[in-house]
Amino acid sequence: MHEYAITVIGRDRPGIIADVSSVLAGLGLNLTDSTMTRLRGHFAMTLVCAGQVPSTEVEPALAPLSAEGLIVSVSEVTTDGPPAPIGGHYVLRLYGADRLGIVAAVTRLLADVGGNITDLTTRLADGLYMLVAEVDLPTTVDIDGLAAQVRRLAADLNVEASLSPAETDVL
Amino acid sequence: MNPASQQPVGEIRYDGGRVRPVVRAPAAVLSAPAEPVDPTAVVDLAADLVATMRVSPGCVGLAAVQIGVPAHVFVVDVTGHPKTRTCHGLIVLCNATVVAASQWKVGREGCMSVPDLTGDVRRAGRLTVAGEVAGTGERVEITTDAFEARALQHEIDHCGGLLFLDRVAGAHAVYQRKVYL
Repeated sequence: MHEYAITVIGRDRPGIIADVSSVLAGLGLNLTDSTMTRLRGHFAMTLVCAGQVPSTEVEPALAPLSAEGLIVSVSEVTTDGPPAPIGGHYVLRLYGADRLGIVAAVTRLLADVGGNITDLTTRLADGLYMLVAEVDLPTTVDIDGLAAQVRRLAADLNVEASLSPAETDVL
Repeated sequence: MNPASQQPVGEIRYDGGRVRPVVRAPAAVLSAPAEPVDPTAVVDLAADLVATMRVSPGCVGLAAVQIGVPAHVFVVDVTGHPKTRTCHGLIVLCNATVVAASQWKVGREGCMSVPDLTGDVRRAGRLTVAGEVAGTGERVEITTDAFEARALQHEIDHCGGLLFLDRVAGAHAVYQRKVYL
């Protein structure tokens, strides 16, 4: 069994997902985890798929899509190992006037305490910059202390930011 | 809609207000708690909020901070909205607080002060708020549900310096706006 990480990005148009997934299905590759969205007019697909086909056949099969203007990358990856131990799930929300370096500063703060970001979205809307990060924090982290650091960083960046536990309701 | 709940809160008419420009994030006035007010002294402000809400497509609520006034006043009117169950018509409240909240649900919200984004926010689907009616100062408690409850929580948040962006449920809960609420 081979597992591939594939990214596709290009000017949005109808049919990108259908075109890519048809090629993968034709190769016998089962699309497992994926995220696909539009980023400022570009459509971006990031996905992992698995199947028996060797890597030498995957890139040539996707080459016609590159010829149509899509940027395609294929990498073989190893399957997941055992999951790392997790402390708590938290959400960091930040918004304010756009400026250079917001993501770098915030993610560095989280990385420095061993935080593992599992999902992150940013949006720039008419000068308003919004960041939402879901982060797993080790049990050793002083959450109140980290929240205070987040507030101080927000003040330095002249934005609003907060760290709070993620909603984990199971219904 | 519950017929017994259609009485407006208060009997003052808030006519003749001016349509005011709506402040957009990240304006500082939207991020600071609003000041408590004398409810008998804010009728003109309330009228301006009503006038501004009425001319804004899809707008079901507006807080004073959204027109740049750091006062603890807001208006809500969800009459006719398809998500509305209980409806009190036009609500104009000062110094309002949440008294009781339950039946939490995630739902999509937009905001005139964040015109290009919407987000999924967890709010109480059953809510009691207390406040003072602008003009009379009458102390009232409003118990409601569904969309009116969501709108009240959104506006009370504004008065506390919070936007829906402060409460979005996660990284996949923020969206580029496509249509108004």
